[in-house]
Amino acid sequence: MKVIDIKNITKTYTDSEVEVHAVNGVNLSFEQGEFAAIVGPSGSGKTTLLNMLGGLDTPTSGEIHIGGTNMASLKGSQLIDFRLYNIGFVFQAYNLIPVLTAKENAEFILQMQGIPKKERETRVVELLTAVGLGDRLDSRPSKLSGGQQQRVAVARALASKPKFILADEPTANLDSNSTENLLDIMEELNREEKITFIFSTHDARVVKKAHRVITLEDGKIISDEVKAIH
Amino acid sequence: MNYSKVAWRNIWRNKSRTVITVLAIVVAVFLSSIMTSMQEGTYSRMIDNVVKFYTGYLQVHHPDYWEKKTINNTFIPTDTLLQVISQTSGVTRYAERLESFTLLSVGDQTRGGALIGIDPVRENEITNLSHWIDTGAYLKPHDDGLLLTSNVAKSLGAQLGDTLVLISQGYHGASAAGLFPVKGIIRFASPQLNNLGAYIDITRAREFFSAYDRATSVVILLENQDLTNEVHSQIAQTLGSRFSVKSWNEIQPEIQQMIDADRSGGVVMKVILYLIIAFGIFGTVIMMVSERKRELGVMVAVGMRKGRLATILLLETLYLGLIGVAVGFAFSMPLIAYFVKHPIPLPSEVAKSYETFGIEAALYFSGNSIIFIRQISIVFIITLIISLYPVLKALNLKLTKSLRA
Ligand SMILES: Nc1ncnc2c1ncn2[C@@H]1O[C@H](COP(=O)(O)OP(=O)(O)OP(=O)(O)O)[C@@H](O)[C@H]1O
Ligand SMILES: [Mg+2]
Repeated sequence: MKVIDIKNITKTYTDSEVEVHAVNGVNLSFEQGEFAAIVGPSGSGKTTLLNMLGGLDTPTSGEIHIGGTNMASLKGSQLIDFRLYNIGFVFQAYNLIPVLTAKENAEFILQMQGIPKKERETRVVELLTAVGLGDRLDSRPSKLSGGQQQRVAVARALASKPKFILADEPTANLDSNSTENLLDIMEELNREEKITFIFSTHDARVVKKAHRVITLEDGKIISDEVKAIH
Repeated sequence: MNYSKVAWRNIWRNKSRTVITVLAIVVAVFLSSIMTSMQEGTYSRMIDNVVKFYTGYLQVHHPDYWEKKTINNTFIPTDTLLQVISQTSGVTRYAERLESFTLLSVGDQTRGGALIGIDPVRENEITNLSHWIDTGAYLKPHDDGLLLTSNVAKSLGAQLGDTLVLISQGYHGASAAGLFPVKGIIRFASPQLNNLGAYIDITRAREFFSAYDRATSVVILLENQDLTNEVHSQIAQTLGSRFSVKSWNEIQPEIQQMIDADRSGGVVMKVILYLIIAFGIFGTVIMMVSERKRELGVMVAVGMRKGRLATILLLETLYLGLIGVAVGFAFSMPLIAYFVKHPIPLPSEVAKSYETFGIEAALYFSGNSIIFIRQISIVFIITLIISLYPVLKALNLKLTKSLRA
């Protein structure tokens, strides 16, 4: 089943003297349960592409369909709500609300979804335990390492039961141990829970773990390889 | 995890900044409430003084009396009328007066002055007139004697026991003439009032002016001055257009003008204080928003509607203002409560000049809750206006820009 279907999208920035074609005619689709990496040199358009996939930014032309919904048809709060219910996000850094504990950070998304307290509690504790933070539920982000913070972000993204999770360079600020640890958790969730992950990275070790590698250059896809899954 | 809790924790992220902002508000609220309390306390004491001295809080007159103060524009204060007055809630006392102009002479000395017919007992309950007797004695009910104010007595060369000849015009052109022995000399604190004239018993005044049963005014005393407007309209309504009811500030507009002028002087100072509050909060709020651009972006990215984000930021701003007001009052209230009970005495030189005007010499404070309600409203409105900034910032948040911040 196709979760994401991208038809010939472009993103052109015109705010400087020269036009920048950050994304330039991309066609792509993702199936349920993929574990895909988007790679490419700095400035190749990875962030721009992921932002459009996540409904954080709108393409200059072309269409994006997520779970059958044309993203262009969603406006304002509708779009925000769509993200809330359908897409999980893990950013490179500062993902978490500093004044909330690990548990509260994950819970707060569920609260916005209107899920009752009891259910929130169980789901969040379960997920934080799954990412190895069962003993840090009540720690605020400032008391957690970078890797731990990213794992909380993954737990938060998962909590809302999204169709897929987008992660823009989730390991960029992590040391190699934490990187490996985070990737292992993501891969395990992918394998066992069929969670769809799409992440961008510069890190060769991260690329190695991906099941599909999409390479961008100057806003265009120059290769799209699917590796044999185990 | 409700929004108010998030907002509360957010303002304490930078403790020292919040403390400084709150302190600025505390100082402003403290100074402003003490200042206002002192001003209002002094005004109301001044009003009380004037009122208790002469005018009463309210007066009932013949409808034409105010335009033309003659003995013809008097009315008969019937039992029904007096009952209406005494039974209106808030009224504590009332007294009738019948007054007009008269010539007073003794020997070959003559001069003009007011002749005020009073009910000695009731008048004394309102204006404490007997307190100002300098020599001689105060009037008894139906007394035949007369009280002279000191300057008038002096210019006439009148002594206690002298008999004064009074000549005036009576009701509807009747001639008025009479002999009255001087029973007492009144010396008020204010020199101006000592030029007033003479007091006699109201029954004698009615005979003198041939204005039987009539009065120029009924003077009314109230439980407190804040009731003035309420009781005014109530009595005016019940009595209808055959009478006119005036309040102290209509009878003595100078007092109200003086108070208003003084108030507007204090406004400048208060505006400065509130500007301090406003800039203190505003600066902090600007920083609170700008340093969190990315964080706010992430919140919207993961699914928080901008309206909800705006709510959190609005609460943060309001909290700053409200903590400031609360702490400010926590400091100023006990102090004000103390000074309401124990006015600050003035140094004796200053005190003397005040006492000349019959005003008790001390700094009075008011504990009127209006002062506090007004302060709270002002700070609340200031914070509401300032909170427009973060609210608009949240509602207009540009997602990709914030995320790259
Ligand atoms: N808001 C913007 N205004 C103008 N140009 C932009 C804007 N955002 C991105 N760009 C340009 O678009 C191109 C793609 O940027 P993007 O951030 O998507 O690259 P990236 O692959 O994520 O790079 P990196 O690996 O450094 O994160 C770059 O040339 C960048 O300068
Ligand atoms: Mg990028």
